[in-house]
Amino acid sequence: MKILVCVTSVPDTTTKITFTDNNTKFNKAGVQFITGPYDDYALARAVELKEKLGASVTVFNVGEADAEPVIRKCLAIGADDAIRVNAEPIDAYFVAEQIAAVAKETPYDLILMGRESIDYNGGQVHGIVGELLGIPSISPVMKLDIDGTTAKMTREIEGGKEDIEAQLPLVLGCQEPIAEWKIPNMRGIMTARTKPLKIVQPAGQDSLTTVASYELPAPRGSVKMIPADEAETLITLLRTEAKVI
Amino acid sequence: MSVLIFAELDEGKLKKSSQEAIFYGSKVAGMLGTSATAVVIGAADQNELATAGRFGATKVLHAADAKLNEVNGMAYASVVAAAAQQEGAKVVVLAKSSLGDAMAARLAGKLKAGLAPNVIDLPDLSNGFRVKTSIYTGKAFAYNELKADVKILAIKKNTIAPEETDATASVEAFTPTVADSDFVLKVTNTEKATGDILLPEADLVVSAGRGLKGPENWGIVEDLAKALHAATACSKPVSDLDWRPHHEHVGQTGIKVSPNLYIAAGISGAIQHLAGVNSSKVIVVINKDPDAPFFKSADYGIVGDVFEVLPKLTKAVQALN
Ligand SMILES: Cc1cc2nc3c(=O)[nH]c(=O)nc-3n(C[C@H](O)[C@H](O)[C@H](O)COP(=O)(O)OP(=O)(O)OC[C@H]3O[C@@H](n4cnc5c(N)ncnc54)[C@H](O)[C@@H]3O)c2cc1C
Ligand SMILES: Nc1ncnc2c1ncn2[C@@H]1O[C@H](COP(=O)(O)O)[C@@H](O)[C@H]1O
Repeated sequence: MKILVCVTSVPDTTTKITFTDNNTKFNKAGVQFITGPYDDYALARAVELKEKLGASVTVFNVGEADAEPVIRKCLAIGADDAIRVNAEPIDAYFVAEQIAAVAKETPYDLILMGRESIDYNGGQVHGIVGELLGIPSISPVMKLDIDGTTAKMTREIEGGKEDIEAQLPLVLGCQEPIAEWKIPNMRGIMTARTKPLKIVQPAGQDSLTTVASYELPAPRGSVKMIPADEAETLITLLRTEAKVI
Repeated sequence: MSVLIFAELDEGKLKKSSQEAIFYGSKVAGMLGTSATAVVIGAADQNELATAGRFGATKVLHAADAKLNEVNGMAYASVVAAAAQQEGAKVVVLAKSSLGDAMAARLAGKLKAGLAPNVIDLPDLSNGFRVKTSIYTGKAFAYNELKADVKILAIKKNTIAPEETDATASVEAFTPTVADSDFVLKVTNTEKATGDILLPEADLVVSAGRGLKGPENWGIVEDLAKALHAATACSKPVSDLDWRPHHEHVGQTGIKVSPNLYIAAGISGAIQHLAGVNSSKVIVVINKDPDAPFFKSADYGIVGDVFEVLPKLTKAVQALN
């Protein structure tokens, strides 16, 4: 079985976001980059499936050279090799085209992604890839087991969940508790250095959207404190002042 | 040409978020000098469908093939793509939801469309087609320029407050052919809470964290939620510990909500939690620790014990009703 795991290199979840160049560029200075938290779940499940069923796991990223520490970490966690498309990930369609191009050349049984990236939060790449390859896309997947050529999954839906069965190949957007995040061990880190990381040029140049500029949210006004023994006045304020109830 | 809106049903009724989407779509149609058409998929009563007119749609395309009764993102995307083709729609609007997100992506693939996820305002047409979207889990905004011929806008809850009229929409049956390959997923079991207010749709949310100490104490959270007609939510550790179901967990790695009111009880206010709730209109924080970081992001705060404060609030709401 061949598994492709698509990962993003994103600002750590505690990052304070700022912009430069008159609000047209994300300010990378001092920012710690991590594997997208959802992508980490996808990778962890891929590595578990590899251990159980003997799959090969390829890590895939569309990004510039500064994404490589994240890619190496994925190799250290247990992926076998990696592909980086050397390009700025302009939008979901562009990224999806790159994934589809690679998957058309080498068919994968499973293309695992995170439910959404934490920078653009689109949750879109898996669906577009599914469409471009003409195969089903399912997200967010909380449980995944493979039985021959059948995938058995649990997907979260609004207010609940559902169990789904489908034939491979599939594109899945993953989230917890599909697997526990894995931390690379020393041996993993050593072997990751020599695992193949192929750098390829982008296929197609379709950018259907661009960002003209960025903006930070206005700070919230100051908090109005209410003494605990007068808690009920909160309800009055919510009705008369905030007008939300 | 028209603006096309996908309107989602919940138990045969137009979802509130879809009413917002229809109103939003009709506004965009107005800006473009065209009309708004809604597509509705699944069994629904004609009178209910006609209410799309109240929110600005002049026409409803109703796809009622029995095969479509079961919610299916892939098949639904094919229906909407067919509708976009029939109507020559250049703008497709849908409300963000688990179904809406899945459909928006498949549609973007089919129509090679420029897609804006997380739209939070009406577009600016003065210089191309620009929309404001929320990025970095609500920590920033982007002004996206949509350059493709077809544009798809997935709008967040509370992007626009619909103004209702007493107009009704004309309803037309819509019977596109949908490929068998869209029906290959086999749903073998569904578990869905019934009667509850869906968290992503809720105007009011009462949320609680590890400060509640254990699942057995959730009664006081539910009581306040019930009195307010609010949905309940929780922090990540609470769902990790299985005190509450996963679909209630909000934050960076959970549901992102933007209700009118978010009440956080016994939640410290970690940045990953804030990421999921920071676009709420009004935030109330109840915490016994005056230095809890959440107070910095709150509009109203009470320093106190949740076990005393929550029942008091419930009583006050009941007294008001
Ligand atoms: C990559 C990553 C992603 C994450 N994603 C999310 C996410 O999506 N959502 C999320 O919520 N978290 C997320 N987290 C976890 C987050 O960092 C915090 O650990 C979590 O939000 C804390 O939950 P809590 O506030 O319920 O618990 P705690 O931090 O333990 O806070 C409990 C609070 O309750 C108060 N309290 C205790 N007893 C009482 C009482 N009797 N009355 C009043 N107050 C009381 C305490 O003062 C304290 O402030 C993520 C973390 C990481 C690393
Ligand atoms: N630049 C990228 N390189 C590789 N995979 C990506 C990239 N961007 C997004 N993805 C994958 O697509 C998923 C959904 O991303 P998004 O649609 O941006 O929310 C992510 O969790 C990743 O698995």
